This record gives sequence, structure tokens and C-alpha cells, in this order.
Amino acid sequence: MLPGATVVRIEWLPGTDLLRGTCHCSAQHEAQDPVAMWEWLLAHPDGHTAGPGATAPGDGPRGHLATASA
Amino acid sequence: MTSFARQQWYVAAYGREVGRDLLARTVLGEPLALYRTEAGEAVALADRCVHRRFPLTESRLEGDTVVCGYHGFTYDPTGACVFVPGQSRIPRTARVVSYPVVEQDSFVWVWIGDQGRADPALVPRAPWLNDPAYTTVSGMEPLAARTGLLVDNLMDLSHETYLHGGYIGTPDVAGTPVTTEVDDEAGVVYVSRHMDDAECPPFYSESTGLQGRITRWQDIEYHSPCLYLLHSRVAPVGVLPPEDGPDDQAFHVEVVYAITPSTEHSTYDFWAVARDFALGDEPVSEFLRESNRTVVLQDVKALDVLEQVVASEPEGYQELSINIDTGGLAARRILSRQAQDGAAPATTVPAAAEPVRAAP
Repeated sequence: MLPGATVVRIEWLPGTDLLRGTCHCSAQHEAQDPVAMWEWLLAHPDGHTAGPGATAPGDGPRGHLATASA
Repeated sequence: MTSFARQQWYVAAYGREVGRDLLARTVLGEPLALYRTEAGEAVALADRCVHRRFPLTESRLEGDTVVCGYHGFTYDPTGACVFVPGQSRIPRTARVVSYPVVEQDSFVWVWIGDQGRADPALVPRAPWLNDPAYTTVSGMEPLAARTGLLVDNLMDLSHETYLHGGYIGTPDVAGTPVTTEVDDEAGVVYVSRHMDDAECPPFYSESTGLQGRITRWQDIEYHSPCLYLLHSRVAPVGVLPPEDGPDDQAFHVEVVYAITPSTEHSTYDFWAVARDFALGDEPVSEFLRESNRTVVLQDVKALDVLEQVVASEPEGYQELSINIDTGGLAARRILSRQAQDGAAPATTVPAAAEPVRAAP
């Protein structure tokens, strides 16, 4: 993944119709609809649970529980 | 109010198009008169004489000045009027806008927005176009369609399979998933499609001599709003870049588009193809020039039709986005945000030189 504090990534998982999004806070989410995926990414920090290496200031106490679904 | 992202650099022309003849281009709805001074400096003036709005591009150059072909008002490269007919007093408002210009990587870039924000360091780069290690072919096709349709088109290359079959499209393109990355702060969208075992389309088989199936990588880098780069790598199946040393067993093509809104419903589609093989080989250049121009014209034809459809529909018409549109959606969002930035046109003519009001 590219470096940068505002970089997000969406992978189309090979062999499936699934998209996996990774926020710059390292939270991840899967969806089948790119519009829904962008809504989830842009909602940061709402619905994002920071993973290792999270750097975004909005993470932590204000973060919600993950709502990612497979 | 327009939807243009004004506070950005845009390509107005190739450097080779700008010379000692006046060139007319319209960028973000602003008519421009482009020319080169005797010292070789590119100049972009507003293409309307302040007197009676006569196009300066219908006029002539005299040294570094433009002499209006209607009444002789004469402007220097800064846009200042230095002569008016029949009187010695030059009205203080006799001035046309001189737009900031940067000439780089074979393009002439102009800044239409607030002039205080015109930072040359913000011009995105396409260094291959001037690099002797590459041979480049290029052109420009005008599009009777809004810019957003071209951005949608270029951000989703799966359309190559259907619109450009027999040139650059094969079934593998639409059939291979993409990875999208967005650097929001930088305003850059990356879309990557790596085909490990793909059919070789004529565009590459005839230019490289590759036979059989190939490894084909397409890595898009879109610097919104104007510059689109497609880093294309083709090689025999299984030939990947070495961990160390040059990637010299592969063929590299840098496909560059500069996407410049002319009006709300028309666009300049600048295209260039730079390659690191068959350097200086004119038959290969001619083949790639004609092939890419054909592909661009296929897009132009489709997008011109689409513009007619979209323009006839009410705002908020129904669309459906699927996985292939992930990068295009990102580009749309960044474009929209950039259009919000300084959307209200600032006064580009200095306050002391406001345009003359038409006499009642």
C-alpha cells in the first residue's frame, strides 16, 4: 500500500465479487458495492476500528465498533 | 456557476503548437490567445480585445505584441495595452488578462484561477514525453462531451474489451480485478490491473514483436483534474521485474492523457504514447500513432453520443456502479471537491484595470 496519512485502498478480491477496503487508519471492511464501500471509507472514524499502525487522529476513543461484514 | 475546478493547472496546447502564429483555445470557458515571444516564451492572453471584444487570435503579432485586427489596440505579453488608435492617452482599464503559463514535459500549462495561487511546483509531471530514452507519438482530439465522461472512461479500462477490441482490448482486461488506491491529500487516484497470462492485443504484438501470451500490467495514476498516466508493462508470460537491476526484459509504454475542459460540454483530449523500445523506429511510431489515434477516436465517438444522452436528461439521473467503477467514483469525488475550491471566480483582472463597460 502506498505511504501517506490519507491513503485508502480498495481491493477487488480475485475470484469473487467482493471488495475489501482498507482505511488509512488500517480498519478493514468488505462489501459488494463500490458506492457502499466509499461511504464506509469516507465515514472515518465512524464504524472504523483501528488496526496496527493506525495514525489517524480520529481513531481511538471516538471510534465505533467494527461493522464490517464478510 | 460552472462545475470547473478553477484553482488548477490545465494543458492548453503542446509546446510545438505555440509559435509565431496566434493559436485559439478555450479553457474552462475562457477564450485564450496563445503565442510565443521572439525570445521563445509562451504567452496566454485573454482572446478578446478590451475595446469591442474582437478576438485577438483574428489579429496579428508585431514583435512580442498583439495588434488587434479590428482597431489596432496593441497588447504586450503582460496583457497591458501599449497603443490605442488616434490618441495618446491609454485608458487605465485597457488591459487583457495574461494567464500564468508553465511549459513542461512538452505541454503548455495555463492557470485560469486566482493568479496568486498559480504555483508552478504544482504542475504534475510526465517526464517521459521529453526523455531521450523514450520515443513519443502524440496528438489531440476535441471532444463534444463534458470532461467527466472522459475521466470515467479512462479510469475504467475494462471498456477496452468492448470498445477497443482488435486494438488494445482483449477479454482479459474486463476479466481481471483491479486494486484502487486513493491519496486524498494529493488528489491522486491509482488503479492497478495486473494480468498474469493474457492475450497480446495488436497494439503491443505489432509494436514489440511479442508472440503468444503475455504478462500485461496496467497501472493508472490520475492526478486530478488534468493529468492521467497509464504505466503499461508488457512481457512474455512469467517475466516479472527483477528484484535488482533494470526491468529490461519487458516493454514499457507510458500512455499520457491531458484532460482539459474547454466548455461545460466540450473537452480537449491530449494523448501521448511514449515507449522505451524501438527507439526512433519510424514505422513503429507510425503504427502506434495511428493505432492510438484510432482508439481515441473510438472513445470520442462513444462519448459524444453519451454527452447527447446525458445532456438531455434531468439532473440526478439514475446510474449503476459496479466493481469496475471503484476508481472512477474516487476520481469523481476528488473532482467535485476541487471544483468547490475557490469556485467563485476571483477578479483575474487587477482592480485598477477593470474591463471597460459597454456604452449604453
